[in-house]
Amino acid sequence: MAIGLAFSCFFRLLVGKKLPKEAAAYLPDEVKVKALPEKVIVEKIVEKEKKIEAPRQNAAALHKDGALAFLALLQREGRLVDFLRESLDDHQDADIGVAARDVHRGCKKVLDQHLSFEPVMPGEEDTKVSVPKGFDPAEVRLIGEAKGEPPYRGTLRHHGWRVVDAKLPTLAEGVDRSVIAPAEVEV
Amino acid sequence: MKILGIDLGTTNSALAMGDDDGARAVSIAQVVGPGEVAERPTLPSFLLLPSDVEVAPAQLALPWSGPLRYAVGAFARDRGAELPHRLVSSAKSWLCNPSIDRTSQVLPFSGAQREVEFDGERVSPVNASARYLAHLRAAWDDANPDDPAEEQDVLVTVPASFDAVARELTVVAAREAGFAKVTLLEEPQAAFYAYLAARGERWRDDLKPGDVVLVCDIGGGTTDFSLIEVADDGGSLALERIAVGDHILLGGDNMDLALAAIVQRDLGKPIDTMQQRALVHSCRRAKETLLEDNAPEKLPIAILGRGSKLIGGTLRGEVTRAAAEAMLVDGFFPVVGADARTERRRAGGLREMGLPYAHDPAITRHLAEFLGRFERMPTAVLFNGGVMKADKLRTRIVELLRTWCGRDVRVLAGADLDLAVALGAAHYGRVRRGKGVRIRGGTARAYYIGIESAMPAIPGFAAPVKALCVAPQGLEEGSTVELPDDELGLVVGETAMFRFFAAATRKQDTAGTLVDADIEGLAELDPVEKQVDDPDRKPGELVPVRLEAHVTELGTLELWCVARDNRGRWKLEYSVRERS
Repeated sequence: MAIGLAFSCFFRLLVGKKLPKEAAAYLPDEVKVKALPEKVIVEKIVEKEKKIEAPRQNAAALHKDGALAFLALLQREGRLVDFLRESLDDHQDADIGVAARDVHRGCKKVLDQHLSFEPVMPGEEDTKVSVPKGFDPAEVRLIGEAKGEPPYRGTLRHHGWRVVDAKLPTLAEGVDRSVIAPAEVEV
Repeated sequence: MKILGIDLGTTNSALAMGDDDGARAVSIAQVVGPGEVAERPTLPSFLLLPSDVEVAPAQLALPWSGPLRYAVGAFARDRGAELPHRLVSSAKSWLCNPSIDRTSQVLPFSGAQREVEFDGERVSPVNASARYLAHLRAAWDDANPDDPAEEQDVLVTVPASFDAVARELTVVAAREAGFAKVTLLEEPQAAFYAYLAARGERWRDDLKPGDVVLVCDIGGGTTDFSLIEVADDGGSLALERIAVGDHILLGGDNMDLALAAIVQRDLGKPIDTMQQRALVHSCRRAKETLLEDNAPEKLPIAILGRGSKLIGGTLRGEVTRAAAEAMLVDGFFPVVGADARTERRRAGGLREMGLPYAHDPAITRHLAEFLGRFERMPTAVLFNGGVMKADKLRTRIVELLRTWCGRDVRVLAGADLDLAVALGAAHYGRVRRGKGVRIRGGTARAYYIGIESAMPAIPGFAAPVKALCVAPQGLEEGSTVELPDDELGLVVGETAMFRFFAAATRKQDTAGTLVDADIEGLAELDPVEKQVDDPDRKPGELVPVRLEAHVTELGTLELWCVARDNRGRWKLEYSVRERS
């Protein structure tokens, strides 16, 4: 039996074919897993990944929860999701304007309560500014071709926004953040 | 040691911190949405006691507590509007309402239906106040682990109109919240201290001896007046609080509701609870905008659609400046004479128990009555409370005062109208340490106990009750008055109970003065009582006693019975049980 299997393995390997099933029993321990039935393999791999990736996934989940919680805040105070999900096609500008005022007021309140902003680059828009040497490209986006070394002279098109202070709500654990707004049932 | 100034408000509470450098407001972490905790400048004084299906405990978790079955603050107020049967509001007004037992579990109040089976938790007015204070304490401790609140100098403000019983209950609530020792301060005085702190030494240029300052404090739910007199004290200025008004349950919330009712009528369509709430919010904004100087002609008001269809379901209304002025300025602040008095509606035979809301919505009539009762007219006015942000309301009051006084009345520039009381309390803590001028005044009322006069019984007539003054007005903190000897006795083994009265307008009475209990100006409070147990004495023995009144350093009033043979002293307790 072993001789037959050995020859079978020899020739199959020689012509680049897969080994017979029976050969799996002779594989070293650490390789063996892969020879197990397909369903089990998937589970095992997922489990392994989970263990290794745990911290990163956690961070991603936290980012997601944070983003969803902020969206929930904008929805609760300013009905932003309702507004964006509604089609504007069937409504007059005046009606949209009336609703938009309230959405604006509510969402602005959320921004005012939790974030404070300042321009990245002080100065009037549409005036000449100088981009100094050693500037951070993440802070200043150059439009068009900059020649030579900074400082560059240019026109300030948008002063940019920087959040100088973010006091975001602390989130309690065990709350499903995917519910941006709960269904409301009057009883 | 730091100073914590706590404004335990009817609708909003605030916290300020004082130290050697001055005082500043402290923002308060609280649940602001389901499972969201954030800091807000004030803590709305609302307590929500939901069932698990209404709000999950995990959604009410605080960073220092884990999941909770109740919430106080912004989310409690907002979610509570949808669950009114679970919401405790205006706990402070219940604290001074003698028609209920303030230590029994009656809140959320359900009026005549309160005997009906209720599946939820109820708390006492004292406990509700304790929870607001406990939250402030926990929020402070969480943010300042090195300076725990109970080790600081804590001042809690109370309305000037709070009587001895309501003050005592506030101290009890503070103790329940874990503050072993708090000092009480009257809110209008706190507002005045905030003014003093904001003006620095310049207040001495604002005010001269002979000036009388009206502190006009109109908050969300209550209106409170006080008079502070400026006197010459050997060349320097001295301040004395000379009068306090009654507790008037009337404030900005009434105005917002009144305005909302107009808009709702014009809409001609029914709106639901949540839209109603949104409308009241819009009306508060409209009130502030339309009562500014240079206000627009009218303000559009939109009530967004209730379902997820926002624009399609939006209702549009508007408030005109004329309507707002007619309703708010002329309705709540009508032009009246100095001799105007409030209109009292006669109580019906059967009246549902509840908060004693003011029957007369005219704040100016309440003001005229207050000034008339004390026969003093102010020379300056200091505004406090959110309502006073409205230019036209301030203007109306100033104009009326000018008419009444026949001369100009100056407006003192105060601090932030929402945070002044907490800031002033923190500043007062500094004054107690010798930094700045102190407002004198002592107790705002004189207190009396009822004594049945000895006379032959006449069928059908109760023996007339005399009121014996035990604590005159103006007792300073830490002072004690002894009553002249009289024929009072306690029976060992029995509960001695005395009827208890207070008067704000009887400065002339001194300890021992005897007046008729039904005299004008005397208001009956909860009775005081004491069960006298003394193992050294025989039950039934009559112990001759004399009375002693003591104003504690905290600002509460204690009444003591001292045995004339000096073999014991008993403190009379305020009985806050429900009275029929």
